Amino acid sequence: MTQTVRTPPDSPEPPPAPRRWGRELLALARNTWRGLTSMRTALILLFLLALAALPGAFLPQRGPSPQAVQDYFTAHPTLAPLLDKIGIFDLFSTPWFSAVYLLLFISLVGCLVPRTWEQIRGLRARTVAVPRNLSRLPHHAAGPDPRSPDDVVGAARKRLRGWKVDVREEPDGVRTVSAEKGALREVGNVVFHMSLLALLVGIAVGKLFGYEGNVIVMADGSEFCNSGILAYDTFRPGLRVDGTNLDPFCLDVDHFAARYRPDGAADSFSADVRYSDATQIADGAPPTPGQIEVNEPLRFDGERVYLLGHGYAPQFTVTFPDGQQRTQAIQWEPVDQSTFLSQGATKFDRPGVTDDADRRRTQLAITGLFAPTSSGGGVVTSTYPALTNPEVAADVYRGDLGLDSGHGQSIYGIDQSMVDQGRLVRVARENLVPGQTITLDDGTRVRFDSVKEWVNLQVSHDPAQDAVLVAAVALLVGITLSLTIKRRRFWVRVVPGPGSPSTTDGRTVTAGTGSSVELGGLARTDQAGYGEEFDRLWADLLPGQRDDGGTR
Amino acid sequence: MNVDAPLGDFGDVLFYSALAVYILAMLLHALEHGLLRHAEPQEAVAVAVPARVAAGGSSDDEPAAVVPDDPARDGEPAGPVTPTGRSPRPASERFGRMGVSLTVLGAALQLSMLVVRGVAAGRPPWGNMYEFVAAVTLVGVVAWLVVLFRRPELRRLGVFVLLPVILLMFLGGTVLYTQAAPVVPALRSYWLAIHVTAAVISSGILLFAGVASVLYLLRSAHDSSGRMAWTSRLPEASVLDRVAYRATAVAFPIWTFAVITGAIWAEAAWGRYWGWDPKETTAFIAWVVYAGYLHARSTAGWRGQKAATVNVVGFAVMSFNLFFVNLVVTGLHSYAGVG
Ligand code: HEM
Repeated sequence: MTQTVRTPPDSPEPPPAPRRWGRELLALARNTWRGLTSMRTALILLFLLALAALPGAFLPQRGPSPQAVQDYFTAHPTLAPLLDKIGIFDLFSTPWFSAVYLLLFISLVGCLVPRTWEQIRGLRARTVAVPRNLSRLPHHAAGPDPRSPDDVVGAARKRLRGWKVDVREEPDGVRTVSAEKGALREVGNVVFHMSLLALLVGIAVGKLFGYEGNVIVMADGSEFCNSGILAYDTFRPGLRVDGTNLDPFCLDVDHFAARYRPDGAADSFSADVRYSDATQIADGAPPTPGQIEVNEPLRFDGERVYLLGHGYAPQFTVTFPDGQQRTQAIQWEPVDQSTFLSQGATKFDRPGVTDDADRRRTQLAITGLFAPTSSGGGVVTSTYPALTNPEVAADVYRGDLGLDSGHGQSIYGIDQSMVDQGRLVRVARENLVPGQTITLDDGTRVRFDSVKEWVNLQVSHDPAQDAVLVAAVALLVGITLSLTIKRRRFWVRVVPGPGSPSTTDGRTVTAGTGSSVELGGLARTDQAGYGEEFDRLWADLLPGQRDDGGTR
Repeated sequence: MNVDAPLGDFGDVLFYSALAVYILAMLLHALEHGLLRHAEPQEAVAVAVPARVAAGGSSDDEPAAVVPDDPARDGEPAGPVTPTGRSPRPASERFGRMGVSLTVLGAALQLSMLVVRGVAAGRPPWGNMYEFVAAVTLVGVVAWLVVLFRRPELRRLGVFVLLPVILLMFLGGTVLYTQAAPVVPALRSYWLAIHVTAAVISSGILLFAGVASVLYLLRSAHDSSGRMAWTSRLPEASVLDRVAYRATAVAFPIWTFAVITGAIWAEAAWGRYWGWDPKETTAFIAWVVYAGYLHARSTAGWRGQKAATVNVVGFAVMSFNLFFVNLVVTGLHSYAGVG
């Protein structure tokens, strides 16, 4: 296919330029393709891939650890923005990282297609004929055999059961047996590379069509519904997910239980839930009970719901001077994972206030620290993560919480700038245990009622996850076959002739009563170790001949 | 989930005994090595394996497969029994044999240590770095003993295999030391046993493969320059190369399995099968590097020293994953448990 068409020397006209360009372009494309699909290129690309992934081992990544990235920016204010420009903190979605694996992907395809083809043909092809000179092979033996050539060939066939065997005839009544074993090695190799391809495709599909969302739900029978992005606290959509077509389901969290060891280390967590899938919702059928534990997500209909965290929500009731009551329990954030000392802010609007200016003078916030097991004493600290002796160190603020200012604020704190401007004023500071009340100067009463627990759930959706698992298993099987199976060939040439050594008793043997047998063996792969097997074949096929030392 | 502290302490005693025994074994191997004369290696091979040569033809240069299946090689792994009685062994051989016996003893002590730790903590004994290092070095030593059983003439590699084992155990017993304790809920899963066991086994075998590749590089540097006389006492370069390849070929599917089961476990524990956590990233890099090594071994122009260098880089990445990523980088694998 590579021959070039020459214009005859006497031809007066050069070939038209566009056509030559076309041909050159074709040649360039062909050479690029060949270069890209050569094993050497694959090797270089593999090393490039390893190199490209390397920064991800040293530097924090936004995906798994956004907080660490922020810390890095604080610690290296000049370096970090520069690194960010080349995408170091989102390494695995940068164009240059994608470029490397895309090239590898193409290289893999280009390499696999011809190899698979070759293999399919190879499976049907006959075994390689016996080489003329068997004594040149790494494994070789020869000797006379009293049996006739037919018997020798028959014995060899029997012994070589499980091998791929072909018997051929050569001139002068010479018969040959050629045998091969270990084709599964190549099959394994192709399966491995194919699965690698499938794995990459599966991962890509997951990245396109999957999503992950996190939501905090009170463990008091509260319900979460997978209705859209807004139902979540954080939502990470795949590139082809806009959040409008999420599979509908609802989940009620009835109860959360944690067990701790005496030293405060966590022992187990679990949440009791009830869930309804799309059909249950449509039919109004009762929900299905379930349980979510660490390492044991709830799985149904291709959805997975994980229990990623938990914490406390102190419940406060505020009784305003006019007698109206408002009750709220909102999650506080654990700041110490070993004692679950938590901080947060529970915010109230005064009911019945319609004037905006008035509202901004009368908002309330209860902030401070919450200890599930309080140390007691003036300064509240927590000594144990379980809810055995809860206490809140509460600061009550009144004034403008700044909720209308336009910029978002943390649900775990108040807007400090409002405090600095004097628009939000602390009106009380007291430690409370459940049931205790603070009375403010205007008669408002703030009661610490009780403590609820919340869970941090993650909903994960990845339509290709099962396919990825299948590909991974196939990959493992493929590589195991490819690396453990030896490919080897074995040949026998039987020449009619003197069958028993004439030296033993001086008897001459006429041609035709015996054979002269020659064996040869060749391991096709690096992993030889074929010597022992060859020796056994030799011993079985030429009994009594294996006493003359080495085979080489 | 109660921890038996005295039993855990007894495990530590076993650990240090194993370490001491290994040090002694290494010294004996070093003596063996020192006593070999420069011209001796070829003879030493001949002396060590006449049984195999006589047995007929198995003496191709291939390191034998890991599965022992040939009775001719069972029994007397380390030398001939001549019909006329035992031939006087050179001093180097006697030291080497003592070294091997002590290595076996050390491995037995180390195994008991892991059993004791496991019983004390009520879980598989590789829940922290101290135990992990102990388990990996044990696998490395066992891999070495298996190779030795198949190819007794490689015995004088002992000193080089034991050196990194001893260094790692020393680090494990000092810097990384942790008392026996249960693990956080995120780690309590049968995937822990499966995933970490596979990681331990492959890391241990790769440790041995890495040593063989380093020695290969030293030996072939010697072959081409003639400098560094002591390297002439190493086995032939081609033998070292093949031993390294065999070990890597056995370890690579196990490492692949470890990465896959890690992903399965991550899917159950963290909500995704792959998230480019630092540990995952480094495991991936190591996997790619080892795939590169296997490729390089069958790519023209990459065989030999280049491929061996890749293998050494692979082990460097594995070590980096164990030490740097566990101790310096924070990620989910820092065993922080759930939030
Ligand atoms: C994603 C990238 C790739 C990975 C991780 C990978 C990995 C591997 C591994 C682990 C082996 C086994 C080595 C052995 O049998 O000794 C192998 C063999 C092989 N690979 Fe790849 N490979 C990749 C891409 C490619 C590409 C793009 C090509 C084609 C150019 C290729 C061609 C081959 C060939 C021909 C073998 C057989 C070598 C032998 O028989 O020893 N591979 N590959």
